[in-house]
Amino acid sequence: MSTPRSEAVAAMAPLVEMRAVTKRFRVRRGAFHTTEIAAVSEVDLGLPRGTAVGLVGESGCGKSTVARLILRLLDPTAGSIRFDGTDITTLAEAGLRPLRRRMQLIHQNPSAALNPRMTAFASIAEPLVVQEGARGGVLVERVAALMAEVGLPGEFLHRYPHEMSGGQRQRVCIARALALGPSLVVLDEPTSALDVSVQAQILEFLQSLRSGHGLTYLFISHNLAVVRQVCDRVAVMYLGRIVEEGPADAVLSAPLHPYAQALLAAVPRLRQGGVLPSVAGDPPNPASPPSGCAFHPRCRFAEARCRTERPDLVAGGDGERRVACHAVAEGRI
Amino acid sequence: MAPPATAVPADGLPAQPAPRAPQPATGSARAWRLALWLLSRSFSSMLGLALVLFIVTLALLGPWIVPYPADAEGAINLLNKLEPPSAAHWFGTDEVGRDILTRVILGTRVSLLAGLAITLAATAIGAPLGVLAGYSGGRLRETIMRITDMFLSVPGLVLSLAIVAALGPGIGNAVIALIIVWWPGYVRLAESKTLAIKEEPYVEAARVVGASRARILFRHVLPNCLSPLIVKMSMDVGQAILAVASLGFIGLGARPPEPEWGAMISVARTYMPDWWWYAVAPGAFIYVSVLGFNLLGDGLRDILDPRSHRG
Repeated sequence: MSTPRSEAVAAMAPLVEMRAVTKRFRVRRGAFHTTEIAAVSEVDLGLPRGTAVGLVGESGCGKSTVARLILRLLDPTAGSIRFDGTDITTLAEAGLRPLRRRMQLIHQNPSAALNPRMTAFASIAEPLVVQEGARGGVLVERVAALMAEVGLPGEFLHRYPHEMSGGQRQRVCIARALALGPSLVVLDEPTSALDVSVQAQILEFLQSLRSGHGLTYLFISHNLAVVRQVCDRVAVMYLGRIVEEGPADAVLSAPLHPYAQALLAAVPRLRQGGVLPSVAGDPPNPASPPSGCAFHPRCRFAEARCRTERPDLVAGGDGERRVACHAVAEGRI
Repeated sequence: MAPPATAVPADGLPAQPAPRAPQPATGSARAWRLALWLLSRSFSSMLGLALVLFIVTLALLGPWIVPYPADAEGAINLLNKLEPPSAAHWFGTDEVGRDILTRVILGTRVSLLAGLAITLAATAIGAPLGVLAGYSGGRLRETIMRITDMFLSVPGLVLSLAIVAALGPGIGNAVIALIIVWWPGYVRLAESKTLAIKEEPYVEAARVVGASRARILFRHVLPNCLSPLIVKMSMDVGQAILAVASLGFIGLGARPPEPEWGAMISVARTYMPDWWWYAVAPGAFIYVSVLGFNLLGDGLRDILDPRSHRG
């Protein structure tokens, strides 16, 4: 591990690598019957160092589950997850604790992500207390520096969450996530609970943080415009699987997978007029997913093969992206 | 590359170059004022608060304000026995001529201490177990909850009777017995509240920074379970006072020379109805203290309900 060459290889390797990760949940159906639902199926995803990777898809497609698997807040059912070269797939909580310094999460709703009985000071100090046993004057100074970094005036130090605005709460959450100097920050729809005017501020701030600290972002959102603005790469999920993954510009300007196309077409535009195109039908029930390609019942390119054989996520299009679609592989799209 | 940490205005507030020194926490003082204001809006909660303060004051000042301090224990004054209420003896005298007002006031301390001890001990045992059961789930939860159910399946007073009978009568043993039957209620309450709280994002946020299970339980889950626990505790002080008096009444709690309300009624019972004032005085004090703690508990429930403030 100490030779220059292997260090160089380690630096090239993605910060996070998920290989064929599957997460199934047991769901009770009545007193004696349980079924399993696959929230995430055979996901292969790498987060290259210093990049922002977007994860998009409709509600319930498994975006948040992927985030929580990477952070090991959930235990994967199958597959492997590596964080900076360390296999964390089955690491116990004690082994994870030192790694938790380096991976942080920013929640969708900052109002719920802060303990209502803890002041801004206590919330921001918690990671430092837990991981480093910091206390006294040093702790006060470090918390003050973090608050300055996220642009919160010192008078907020002793405020409770209900005494702050949404944007201010999100800044407290960001300060808390930055406290330990993380490498990876998972942002679970970080702005969807905020006012539009505050959204732009927070997004801009998150981007300056990323370049300033060399952070790697996993950015979950269903706002495609935001993803395009923030992310270098993007992965589109449908029913627990990645259907298309590649450079954000390419995927979001010319999506190949029919679902990604439909998702993009559903974004309202100025001067478009008329009725928005939408995907026909509802998302299928994850407890009994369709055979073959999960999207085939709603896909206008579906053929016999799509109904029986599940497409793999393979290089497609310009070669920089991966697509899971028979029609793309056969050149029909 | 953008500079890493330019101070961005905090949503309409002017950006400041550096945070000021920590200021004294004004949040809790404001919270107290708000709580008092909310309480003062309801007549019954204010009545409850007044009754509780009255009982607590009597308990604190008892030995210094009673008219006949010597009547607390063995004083005998047979010339004045069973006198009706008068200016000298507001509540009359008992069968050996002791001033009933004196004994009832001194009994406040016994009852209040017993009620508080039972409630606090039951909470101290039950709440952590409930939080642990709710957060852990699995076999640990099943074990804790089934043992709790076992205790709850037997009527509390009957079980405590059996326990005092085994330990031997006395106020100390009565309190121990009542603690043993009282904690399961707190397990149930804390567990159900914990089940809801453990799904909160702030609990997940604590896991993300690597907080230990003990820290999550005691810093995040337990403080957010407190509201319903405080309401139950307030109500239970009254119920526990009643239970102690019941055990005293049947001779398993405080023993007669000791001024305890239940024991006094037990003796007074034999002098009913001709010497009615003997039983009425301790009975009224039991009534007032139970009523006070119940009304206060109701008031606290309204205050601590998150919907009443904290938008």
